[in-house]
Amino acid sequence: MINQQPFKLTIASGKGGTGKTTLSTNLAAYLAEHEEVVLADLDVEEPNSGLFFNGTLVHEEDNHNMTPNWDESRCTLCGLCQDVCNFNAIIQLGTSILVYPKLCHSCYACSELCPENALPMESTKIGTLRDFQMGKLHYVESQLNIGEEQAVSSISKTKRYVANKYDNISIHIFDSPPGTSCPVMEATKDADYVILITEPTPFGFHDLKLAVETMQTLKKPFGVVINRDGIGDDEVANYCKAKDIEILAKIPNSRKIAELYSKGELIYPKFPEVREALDNILEHCQSIKEGRTV
Amino acid sequence: MKEIVVISGKGGTGKTSLTASFAMIGGTDVVVADCDVDAADMHLLMQPDFKVSEDFYSGEVAYINQDNCTQCGLCKEVCRFDAISVHNGEYIVNPLDCEGCGYCARVCPTKAIINKDLLSGQLFISNIKTSSQMVHAQLGIGSDNSGKLVAKVKDQAKEIALKEQKDYILVDGSPGIGCPVVSSLSGANFVVLVTEPSVSGIHDLKRVYELVKKFNIKAGCIINKADINSEKQAEIKRFLVDEGIEHLTDLPYNENFTKAMTMGQTIVEYEQEELTSILKEAWEKIKQLTNKDKIEI
Repeated sequence: MINQQPFKLTIASGKGGTGKTTLSTNLAAYLAEHEEVVLADLDVEEPNSGLFFNGTLVHEEDNHNMTPNWDESRCTLCGLCQDVCNFNAIIQLGTSILVYPKLCHSCYACSELCPENALPMESTKIGTLRDFQMGKLHYVESQLNIGEEQAVSSISKTKRYVANKYDNISIHIFDSPPGTSCPVMEATKDADYVILITEPTPFGFHDLKLAVETMQTLKKPFGVVINRDGIGDDEVANYCKAKDIEILAKIPNSRKIAELYSKGELIYPKFPEVREALDNILEHCQSIKEGRTV
Repeated sequence: MKEIVVISGKGGTGKTSLTASFAMIGGTDVVVADCDVDAADMHLLMQPDFKVSEDFYSGEVAYINQDNCTQCGLCKEVCRFDAISVHNGEYIVNPLDCEGCGYCARVCPTKAIINKDLLSGQLFISNIKTSSQMVHAQLGIGSDNSGKLVAKVKDQAKEIALKEQKDYILVDGSPGIGCPVVSSLSGANFVVLVTEPSVSGIHDLKRVYELVKKFNIKAGCIINKADINSEKQAEIKRFLVDEGIEHLTDLPYNENFTKAMTMGQTIVEYEQEELTSILKEAWEKIKQLTNKDKIEI
């Protein structure tokens, strides 16, 4: 029997606050009415998905970063570590070696090239991963500790956790951080399909173009969902049409939706048009999935 | 010269629209710095002329010269970022995964790997419609080091402010709590927190304020879309009192912000009524608080 790989769907956006979390939580909850689903919040700086569910914590573990730790007794002050570090995370000051863990990218060069083994790598806790269950929905989030700056390792760790633990569940939904820089690349690079959610405003449009460029750089198949449809102008829709980008669904602009969201409630049970939007998205994902297995 | 930084934790709370409005109200007193370099939008409201444009290089990326490569595989072995893979017998670096640590180049026995400087973005200095100047940038797709670009944007803004004897640098920060935000906050005299009364808005406000506290910077808060949830609004107000954060003002849910944006305008240009007077008052408050030397708790 061929082992069917889970379908990895990532919800991303250039601009923040366009509805990534709204879409991913509603989509996951809707699917979980009938089947097992995993939702992983990869916005480790500001994870919000969990605010919309009231699940039971089933697992918790620390997220770590590996950084060098100076062993003074072994060090001969040869200066090689400072020399090899491209990130200025190690500085030799007089007879001391100072390590700046926040600048460290955990490349191991200093540690492994040190002729005296005086810089063993040690793990530092930078955040926490939590895994919750609510019926058929499993949601996983990692939260970066305040003051920690390197989000990427927590993102990849969370993806690994989900891949290992839930390889039997056929759909994995990921809520990406906003933007187009390294955390977003990390969150989207192994997705089977990416949904870019935007709003039809000049800011939304500008940032959508950046997000599209990012997906094209990564060679990812993607489609667009327009949130707050009806506000702003037609630039986003015209652009998608001109570039032959599929608009999977539109979620109407509504103060009522904003109010429900503000309370941490799901939208689709009360808005048939949102449920319809979710159906359209899922139908599209199904066709992508079938295309993938052919 | 004082530095005022606007941040929000959560995206989409209206941070950029408000910063642009304050830039408009502040006029020639204010040099603007758009530090949301990852998805910079403020220029869309400021009519910049992109007078000066400069490439921003940051970090390095490894490149393998196939002529010298003996396919020993050592580079792939030492790389912690899985950035080197083998295609048709050739070892190749994926620049999107490469962190530029230089480890592979250092251990390569035939010196087949070189580190190239990485063009990671562009920095602009513009004259804007407030008759002042704005420093802004665009980070390259998937680039690392947005913190460094933020620092550069701020440095340039500072230079201009000092040279032209401007009173304020107004910084539009980025969302989140990670490296670009940390970089936005360093050196700030006052922080404006923009939030909304939603579960996510409160959650992110609390987290980003933890960061502000670490920097020991005084802060004020604007609750945007304040009337969408009165319970959450009250919860935010309690939080502000408990933390000694100045409650600057409340703004109602109002689609005029979007309408103004669609016309490339700030709200203070679009309407001369309720919202504009609230924002003018808030800006006066921000200036007062920024110029106070010590915060009284």
